Amino acid sequence: MDYFLTEEELEIKELTRKIAEEKIKPVRAKYDEEDSFPWEIVEVFRQTDLFAVLVPEKYGGISGKVIDVVIVTEELSRVCGGIGLSLGGSGLGIYPVLISGSEEQKHKYLPQIATGEKLAAFALTEANAGSDAGGIETTATKDGDHYILNGTKQWITNGGEAEIYTVFVLTDKSKGARGASCFIVEKGTEGFSFGKKEDKMGIRGSATRELVFDNCRVPKENLVGREGFGFMIAMKTLDKSRPMVASQAVGIAQGAYEEAVKYSKERHQFGKPISAFQAVQFMLADMATQIEAARALVMATARMIDAGAKRYAKESAMCKVFASDMAMKVTIDAVQILGGYGYMKEYPVEKMMRDAKITQIYEGTNQIQRSIIASNLLKEF
Amino acid sequence: MDIIVCIKRVPQTAEAEVSIDSTGKSIQKDRLTFDMNESDTYALEEAVLLKEKFEGNITVLSLGYPDTDDTLRIALAKGADNAIRIKAENFENPDAFQTAQILKSVIKTINFDIILTGCIATDDAYSQIGVTLAELLEIPHAALVIKVDANEQRTHVHRELEEGLIEHLDIKLPALLTILTGINEPRYASLIAIRRAAKKEIQQLGKENIELEDLVINSVIEELYVPPVTKQVEILTGSPSETATKLAGIVKEKGLI
Repeated sequence: MDYFLTEEELEIKELTRKIAEEKIKPVRAKYDEEDSFPWEIVEVFRQTDLFAVLVPEKYGGISGKVIDVVIVTEELSRVCGGIGLSLGGSGLGIYPVLISGSEEQKHKYLPQIATGEKLAAFALTEANAGSDAGGIETTATKDGDHYILNGTKQWITNGGEAEIYTVFVLTDKSKGARGASCFIVEKGTEGFSFGKKEDKMGIRGSATRELVFDNCRVPKENLVGREGFGFMIAMKTLDKSRPMVASQAVGIAQGAYEEAVKYSKERHQFGKPISAFQAVQFMLADMATQIEAARALVMATARMIDAGAKRYAKESAMCKVFASDMAMKVTIDAVQILGGYGYMKEYPVEKMMRDAKITQIYEGTNQIQRSIIASNLLKEF
Repeated sequence: MDIIVCIKRVPQTAEAEVSIDSTGKSIQKDRLTFDMNESDTYALEEAVLLKEKFEGNITVLSLGYPDTDDTLRIALAKGADNAIRIKAENFENPDAFQTAQILKSVIKTINFDIILTGCIATDDAYSQIGVTLAELLEIPHAALVIKVDANEQRTHVHRELEEGLIEHLDIKLPALLTILTGINEPRYASLIAIRRAAKKEIQQLGKENIELEDLVINSVIEELYVPPVTKQVEILTGSPSETATKLAGIVKEKGLI
């Protein structure tokens, strides 16, 4: 389908596809196997200004628009659902600053993200606070011109590799979610260390680690927004970043679908390519239709956010839930079409199926997304 | 060091299905994507590397239709300073020799130390433009170059020959080199550079802007066709031991062992 991308959006799409095909495709199996961090690819993103799409021109970037971020994410995920997260995770990590940071914080941190000189990470989840983000236990206590952070964050994308972290903590325990605040913490700050690196089912090659704060002193200038605004900042960030997860899902599904079509034309059984059988044709037709529907929803949501819509939590949740459920189904069907070959690591679709699963879980499980959609739509009547 | 790079916009046919058009002399192009000819991207990168070493100016030159401007813009984004499109629409399907004549008539108006071209175009595979152009300009050339080590007056080059042989030449500048793929790692045009290049002007030269000698027609395409399938393959059938026996018989019969 033609989404009438502008000349500049097409340039971003073409360049990203080239990088994905030429640089990421040849190494995706290696990173899936080794689960090391793809610095060589980060270097390519830096050289080609791909990180600059995350940041508006005013702060050293070239865009900051959601549409450009989803274009990049889809193209990278089409080839590998994990490697591109170095960029996506940086986007998520810096959104709190972009949304609620002071001009000073924006000028200090955003240009470093735009060049890719530094990566960012978003730290909300804890062992006892997942879907119930209000249950976070990490604290920050004011001490003169500083805050002292204590606690542990879990499953943080880009953890250990990023230099800039937006961390959500309680500044007032008695107020629960209304007592939450957001801080920028730089790698190397005393009292800030990293725990174990997780061994994941999919999106391997994306670093996922614990962040440990042990009497970590952070200057008060690093408070994003005001004390008590943390929960709101986190929710606004996720509303804006969910189309990115949705586009990751669309990209993974697109990659799996292309593999399935190609294979179905090559694989001969009963004297014909299996694409000649209606059983396979209908599967392919459903895959293509579902992918296009999800993409259309993501594109429409991205355009809506970029046009300056005030409220988009519902639409953002809709595109995340629809695209990720779609990606799970499409990748499972792709494995089915490739049959025994699809189950083997020699072919890329089993990895795509493993990669797809996370999109139903992170940045709010799909059950939480449905709650968001329902609570918004019930308010409309 | 002033460098001219001749580039060609070609259809990407490596993974596409190619079919003959209604004239029977060309291929159907409406569903194909186009990009810079592969070895030309290496020639351009070599030029940018030389410029980084010696400073100077890179001019990219292409005989092409208006959509060639997109390809020239990418060259500008990768480090070329000027771009010139010679309007292909002013000429009637020039062959390789005529193309070289046209390029020469433009190049003789530009200062240069080195001309770089790709060693072969992936569409017509003539491999003629570079060497013909050098002959017309009466400058030395080397084809199939895999290493360039230049100073201001001369350049050492390595040429890759059959059987892995390498020829090492010392050439006086100005000279023309046709570049092999693999000589370097072509860079990507970065997004910021692409946006900057979008604002640059591409010089458009029509027939009326060029001082042209009489074009010599040496060759004309008569026909393009897909060879008919002939029976040169024998597929052996039967159980593995039967086919192995048949295969061994054929190998013996043909005197291969």
